[in-house]
Amino acid sequence: MAATARTLNRTPSKKRPKWLSLFWLRFRRNRVGVAALSFIFVEAAIAIFAPWVAPFDPYRGDFTATWQTPNALHWLGTDDLGRDVLSRLIYGARVSISVGVLSQLAIAVVGLPLGALAGLRGGWLDYALMRVIDVLSSLPSLLFYILLMVALGAGFGNLIIAMAATGWIGMARLVRGQVLSLKETDYVRASRAMGGGARHIILTHLLRNALTPIIVSLALGIPGAMFAEAGLSFLGLGIPSPQASWGQMIGMYQAYIRTAWHLTVFPSTVLAVTMLAWFLLGDAIRDALETSTPSYSD
Amino acid sequence: MKNIARYILSRVAGLLGVLLVVSLITFALMHAVPGGPFDARALERQQMIPENIKRQLNVKYGLDKPVWRQYLLFLRNAVRLDFGHSLAFPSRTVMQIFKEQWPYSVQLGLLTLLFSTIVGIGLGIASAVRPNSWVDHAGTGVSIFCLVMPSFVFAILLQFVLSVQLGLLPTGGWDGPRHWIMPVLANSLAPVLVLQRYMRSSMRDAMRAGYVRTARAKGLSRRRIMFVHVFKNALTPVLTVGGPLAAGLVTGSFFVESIFRIPGIGFYFVSAIGQRDYPMIMATTVVWTAVISAAYLVTDLLYALADPRVTLSGEK
Repeated sequence: MAATARTLNRTPSKKRPKWLSLFWLRFRRNRVGVAALSFIFVEAAIAIFAPWVAPFDPYRGDFTATWQTPNALHWLGTDDLGRDVLSRLIYGARVSISVGVLSQLAIAVVGLPLGALAGLRGGWLDYALMRVIDVLSSLPSLLFYILLMVALGAGFGNLIIAMAATGWIGMARLVRGQVLSLKETDYVRASRAMGGGARHIILTHLLRNALTPIIVSLALGIPGAMFAEAGLSFLGLGIPSPQASWGQMIGMYQAYIRTAWHLTVFPSTVLAVTMLAWFLLGDAIRDALETSTPSYSD
Repeated sequence: MKNIARYILSRVAGLLGVLLVVSLITFALMHAVPGGPFDARALERQQMIPENIKRQLNVKYGLDKPVWRQYLLFLRNAVRLDFGHSLAFPSRTVMQIFKEQWPYSVQLGLLTLLFSTIVGIGLGIASAVRPNSWVDHAGTGVSIFCLVMPSFVFAILLQFVLSVQLGLLPTGGWDGPRHWIMPVLANSLAPVLVLQRYMRSSMRDAMRAGYVRTARAKGLSRRRIMFVHVFKNALTPVLTVGGPLAAGLVTGSFFVESIFRIPGIGFYFVSAIGQRDYPMIMATTVVWTAVISAAYLVTDLLYALADPRVTLSGEK
């Protein structure tokens, strides 16, 4: 009995976040995940220090050096205005990574509270929210992005807004489902029976247990957002022209594939490899967090 | 039978409601955009349209009326499948564009469906029958590739290797089988992924079922078990993704059609966006949503037919 009392008295703040070190232990063993994480670290570092790493100004054209194929000075060649392709790729990494990460933050900020509220409160609020979600998810998602971007206009901020406006649906649904099923678990009932308040239950029981699927969804959402950014920029609705983005470079120069292949092939390759790395990282995170569900490559 | 009729009726009513809301959202979004269609065209041609001509154009296309009346007009005409003249291609009505261009998208979609069904279902079966073999690993590799490779990136790389470097295939157009290969390959990424993953997991579920163990105990040959007991039962869940997938394919692709210059609906939609072609954008959104929602309905009905355990109910 004394032992039980001691366990109960231990405050949660004194406990080290054990799951984090456990997560890291498990993650470290996954070679593919570590490789993907290292690649992303290097790429992120290049993106952050772009002004120092990029050999040329990505925005300044040089009319004496247009349409150059890869050479010693311009490693990946130059475009129609004589801008250095490598430098534009490096600055494009900034767009790609920040769109991926920021859009997931925005989705979490909007979708998490809405889903939790619907799951906790139930009633008409839940009903109304679910009907809104029903209608919005009947629009084909790519079409929805396109309509939003046409209405908002191309630009970085609007891209994040459009992604939050479409992405919150999945997040709200996920959180609501988690809350609904966790609410009925024995430990939540026990906690309530022992006098646990709403705040206590939400923070220590619901949030902590719903965290794993939320993190996994956000981690795998990053490559999805990068994909959407590239697609919209490809259509001319994402990042507007003087700024560089991989998808936009592919879209702008795809007509010149015969005469200037380097303008589209390099951004395409970088985009594909980056998407692969983020996806493998997300998969490894899921493997390290979840013990029961089989991994993708199972 | 009466139940089924009531079920279908309630679903169709729901579909009409969804279409109404979707058209309202699209309409609101289109009109939230600063600048009308004539500004966009003027900008493109770098010319100014005099104010009084612009006013006359607006009167001609009914853009001078209050927004709510424009929406009601749109609804009244849309019921009769009349979406008006396209603003970007003024010589044709939206319905004409649909009639003339959609067949290209349907053809691309059906070819893609055929190809990805063979590859996806085949890979899925092979991976399920021999788990952890080289086929299974190859299947996983293919599905990861399909997942991370955006279709337009794959299209560009295909163009680069097969057309520019090797000179085997034409870079674009839609004149014959030689033109079909690359668009179909690029368009197949998502469907192959979905079909392969679903087929594999559904086969493995079926292989674990009690009736398979019974069949094995009876001494049936492995081949017979796989075909009669496993494959037939595993196919039903795949149907549920197959329907919406097919609908998504026949509505066309923005990326593949514009890269390979296929004159389908996706290609026209992309140019409609840039030119603020309201009628075209509205029509495409509504028609696509209708096609995809209808595909869900048909899939649910087929599913109930194929699996006697599933019952349709109006209330859910």
